[in-house]
Amino acid sequence: MLSETPILSLDNLSKTFTLRPAFGRATKVHALRNVSLDLMPGRALALVGESGSGKSTVGRMIVGHHTPTSGRILFEGQDIAELTTRADQMRYRQAVQMVFQDPFSALNPAHTIRHHLLRALSLHQPEADPETALRMILEDVELDPTSTPAKFPHELSGGQRQRVNFARALAVKARLIVADEPTSMLDVSIRKSILGLMQRLKDEHGLSLLYITHDIATAEYLAEDTAVMFRGQVVEKGPTAEVVGAPQHGYTKLLRAAVPDPELRLTGSDAGFAAEARQVRDLSAHPVRALQEVSPGHLIAEHAEAAHA
Amino acid sequence: MSALLSVEGLRVDYLTAGEPFTAVRDISFEIQPNEILGLAGESGCGKSTVAYALMRLHKPPALVRRGRILFEGRDVLSFSDKDLRAWRWSEVSMVFQSAMNSLSPVMTIFRQFYDMLRAHGPITKAEAQDRTAHMLEMVGIPADRMHSHPHQLSGGMRQRVALALALTLQPKLIIMDEPTTALDVVVQREILQEVLRLKDELGFSVLFITHDIALMAQISDRIGIMRAGEIVEIGTAAQIVTSPSHDYTRSLWEAMPILAKRPKGARHAV
Ligand SMILES: Nc1ncnc2c1ncn2[C@@H]1O[C@H](COP(=O)(O)OP(=O)(O)O)[C@@H](O)[C@H]1O
Ligand SMILES: Nc1ncnc2c1ncn2[C@@H]1O[C@H](COP(=O)(O)OP(=O)(O)O)[C@@H](O)[C@H]1O
Ligand SMILES: [Mg+2]
Ligand SMILES: [Mg+2]
Repeated sequence: MLSETPILSLDNLSKTFTLRPAFGRATKVHALRNVSLDLMPGRALALVGESGSGKSTVGRMIVGHHTPTSGRILFEGQDIAELTTRADQMRYRQAVQMVFQDPFSALNPAHTIRHHLLRALSLHQPEADPETALRMILEDVELDPTSTPAKFPHELSGGQRQRVNFARALAVKARLIVADEPTSMLDVSIRKSILGLMQRLKDEHGLSLLYITHDIATAEYLAEDTAVMFRGQVVEKGPTAEVVGAPQHGYTKLLRAAVPDPELRLTGSDAGFAAEARQVRDLSAHPVRALQEVSPGHLIAEHAEAAHA
Repeated sequence: MSALLSVEGLRVDYLTAGEPFTAVRDISFEIQPNEILGLAGESGCGKSTVAYALMRLHKPPALVRRGRILFEGRDVLSFSDKDLRAWRWSEVSMVFQSAMNSLSPVMTIFRQFYDMLRAHGPITKAEAQDRTAHMLEMVGIPADRMHSHPHQLSGGMRQRVALALALTLQPKLIIMDEPTTALDVVVQREILQEVLRLKDELGFSVLFITHDIALMAQISDRIGIMRAGEIVEIGTAAQIVTSPSHDYTRSLWEAMPILAKRPKGARHAV
């Protein structure tokens, strides 16, 4: 149902940071350039790209840690800059929760898991019986509801802490979770189970996900839609099956080709990849002039200078 | 063919408060000349402890309790400090996960090459500069960057510099401990192809350590799978990929989301 209203839309979003060193001239970092994305309700949109490409900046602007330099963020069609009443702002802040890469960062080491979750529950689900709600939420994120509440964050493994962070999003009745590389600090063997958890939150609780990652294999696993960023611009977006399965933009192709494939032996005589990488990076850094629709909903960037190449 | 490195029953303990913690449990393996041996396993299984012990760079509370490390038949554990200084970097060198562990943040790149070269024989500053320029160019870094400090380079460039430094004295073995884990996949691929090219050109062996077994399978000749201080399985890369014999190896494969098949014959992009 493409006519449905996106739960979240980024409309031509740009962000420029100005760095003012103690000495010397201020420099500008164009972290995001005219980013437009739609996230449909109950789906996952993966935002992939190398480090420094602007993924976290997108996430932080959505949750209000940064304000856009230009462009708009629409939540269910409503510009969040125009949420003027405190009640509306609170509702938005509750509906959109962020889970960070470092599973420790959002947890207070001095408080038990019970404390973290009951606080969230009492603020956002005051009508519910706290103990019952606590138990249900822990079960939802596959944590032992008996032993977990009394524990402190440091008594849990990284994967368990990340589950607590998702539990907290459930406790506040979030509708959209921005998950910024939620598995990249975890052991390989538990990454897939966290991806599985996110999948269940989406499929069983109807949550929408913005899944930020540098790993397109996990995007393919979790997300219906994928957008690829390079140097602050979206270079390709559309259904994951097409963007990851049959990429059309040079940078996405490069990214896909670089994912380690155990059946592809690397050799020292293949200089093609490095030459390709250099060329594609140069081309892809140019401003995006237009997005071209190569098949329904699948768009690739046309870069300004590329037209003359 | 006799092994370049042979490790026999190596055991490493950490002497912490209370019971000593055995991080490496009587492991044995060999590395042949010109071979890439991969050592894979989850974080905490003891990979870095092995790497440091092999170079005798381990520090207290780590203690080698048992076993032998033979390098071309010589007993590394009985080397004097002087033997060790001469052996390290010239016959065996190391690249760490973060180039910041291989490189000093306070010295220029050139200074670090110069110090290492001087420690292994007489060399003039001009000669050292030529040598540094050559090594940097070999890993794809413009020679004039030798006057930069490490923080002035990108992560990928720093890791290339660390690799160049490790190759300078033409060692027979390079230990690489998660050399590309902190890098993006495209940069990772570029650097590993560079390593393979240099290996073809110069000839050396590699102990390649990573938690990413798919990556390991792409470049290793043989792979050892480590769990909780032990090597549970060791075999050719093809065997570990297509017919792992240990349940743990199978579980490592199952734990990773792997991309759906790429089109056949697509060796690289575009
Ligand atoms: N608070 C900030 N101040 C200045 N520059 C920033 C800030 N946050 C991010 N940047 C810069 O913006 C760019 C995008 O960063 P980021 O969004 O963190 O990328 P990613 O999450 O894809 O790694 C980078 O060049 C980064 O250095
Ligand atoms: N300095 C130390 N003191 C005590 N224990 C340590 C120390 N360094 C590492 N260990 C322990 O030894 C084990 C192996 O660590 P390490 O070799 O770093 O594993 P890997 O490189 O595979 O991640 C881990 O359980 C780790 O906690
Ligand atoms: Mg980030
Ligand atoms: Mg390690």
